[in-house]
Amino acid sequence: MPEAPRPTPRNALGSLVLIAAVVAFAAAAFAYTGGWFSPNRLTPQKLVDGFDLGTAPPLGHRRNHAKGICFTGVFEANGAGTELSKAQVFAKGQYPVVGRFNLGTPDPNADDAKVRVRGLGVMISTPDGQEWRMAMIDPPFFTVSTPEAFHALQIASASKEPDAMAKFADANPEFKAFAAWAKSAPWTGSYAEEPYNSLDSFIFTDSSGNDHAVRWSLAPAAQPVPVSPEELAKRGPNFLETEITDRIKSGPLRWTMQVTVANPGDQTADPSKAWPDDRRKIEVGSLIVDRIEPEADGPCRDINFDPTVLPNGIRVSDDPFPAARSSAYRVSYDRRTAEEKDYPRTATGTAQ
Amino acid sequence: MTNIQRVRPRTIIHRFTPLQRTLHWVMAVCILTMLFIGVGMASTVAPKYLTLVDIHKPLGIAILILAVIRLAVRLRYGAPALPLDLPEPMKLAAYLSHYALYALMIAMPLIGWAMLSAAGYPVVLWPGVWLPQILPLNPSLHTALWNAHFYLAFLFFALILMHVAAALFHALIRRDGVFEAMASVSTHAETAPAE
Repeated sequence: MPEAPRPTPRNALGSLVLIAAVVAFAAAAFAYTGGWFSPNRLTPQKLVDGFDLGTAPPLGHRRNHAKGICFTGVFEANGAGTELSKAQVFAKGQYPVVGRFNLGTPDPNADDAKVRVRGLGVMISTPDGQEWRMAMIDPPFFTVSTPEAFHALQIASASKEPDAMAKFADANPEFKAFAAWAKSAPWTGSYAEEPYNSLDSFIFTDSSGNDHAVRWSLAPAAQPVPVSPEELAKRGPNFLETEITDRIKSGPLRWTMQVTVANPGDQTADPSKAWPDDRRKIEVGSLIVDRIEPEADGPCRDINFDPTVLPNGIRVSDDPFPAARSSAYRVSYDRRTAEEKDYPRTATGTAQ
Repeated sequence: MTNIQRVRPRTIIHRFTPLQRTLHWVMAVCILTMLFIGVGMASTVAPKYLTLVDIHKPLGIAILILAVIRLAVRLRYGAPALPLDLPEPMKLAAYLSHYALYALMIAMPLIGWAMLSAAGYPVVLWPGVWLPQILPLNPSLHTALWNAHFYLAFLFFALILMHVAAALFHALIRRDGVFEAMASVSTHAETAPAE
């Protein structure tokens, strides 16, 4: 093939500079997108690192809510939820559940009596192949309004400056409500006596295509019995796991799932602000727990209770936390699964 | 050249077929978008994280399907020969980088899909539509696949930068018709402009 005339050396040099510029620009754009030029960007890695500032990370374990115990059971839907969401999980029936009772601490060996926040991870599977995963806690509202404030809380908590927490609370007044709850709310001696709340708002879509902003709670069937932290401290560092393992022997444990529907105009973006008590509540079914298994070999061990794994008929709202939690849980999961040897399985000794 | 029907079979192919050129440029946009989404979504906690993940999965599967079609089209129609005077090391680099690009176009979506499967995540393409798990829940496999997906993404981007640099080198400096073989998706002018 006849060719176009080759460029003069001077033009060739100009062309080489152009080529280098194109490649450099593309590489820089890639690096910028990845955050290399944005040291202030809140990344999921920073959020996860924030749980063990100044301490060693709990290798092989979740980076937060690190201590926990697995359960299995069913979600028994009564059918009432179909009014709000077309997801199959609300159609009357029983759907298998894998879950995890846990403590809001990055220390997998924490003393149960010293951890204020207790949590529940739940994964419900439906015959249509979809899943609903959630991770709830027992306070009635969240600690802070935004993921950025949560990271500031992590930094303040780890700070050695005596007034770090006071400064944080001044800058984030919603934290004072949480601190007041932490101080005054009664403690109980059992995972089975706790309510667990979504706190985050989600959008349910019904079969007619109408959206409903909701939050939900699991209310315990067991009567909560207040016990002082001093009394709990006498029960040993793992009393919650021992207690729930014993309690299940006398029958399944139950919670009622209550969906709270927002009134028009209720904010959905801030989980640190509870909705007024008079909002419409619909009981959509029960969580029934019938088997407890230690985490090391249990079915919840390798599950990420990512609250954005939702069936068709449930989606996230403008609440920024589910996205932030999803991205951070993912990093925590990636790290702990790579550290499997640091958290050996006991019964079988091998991966499934 | 009075009887074009007789001459044409002996004509050397100078350009990729219109189908190949279309696939190339559509995939170029998809793959660059995919790589930027990947590196962006892994570095943010903002609500756009979920949006980016929601695009990353179906776009990855779209690239996998397009790549398989493209490989079949390539095997069927071939490629224009490289210029005879191209130095051997550059010819070798051209062959090897194209094998690597094809391998990555097909492997990356499969690795991502397998990685999600090994972590037990549902592989949702869009609401109500999801793919089957192609591996059982397994942390060691998940870690191996995660590492592969992560490091191969950077290799993929580096190869694309080399590919762009080489294409521009052919277009601006060597001016040997290699760039024009893929440059346009237009269906007319089946012969290189230099002819």
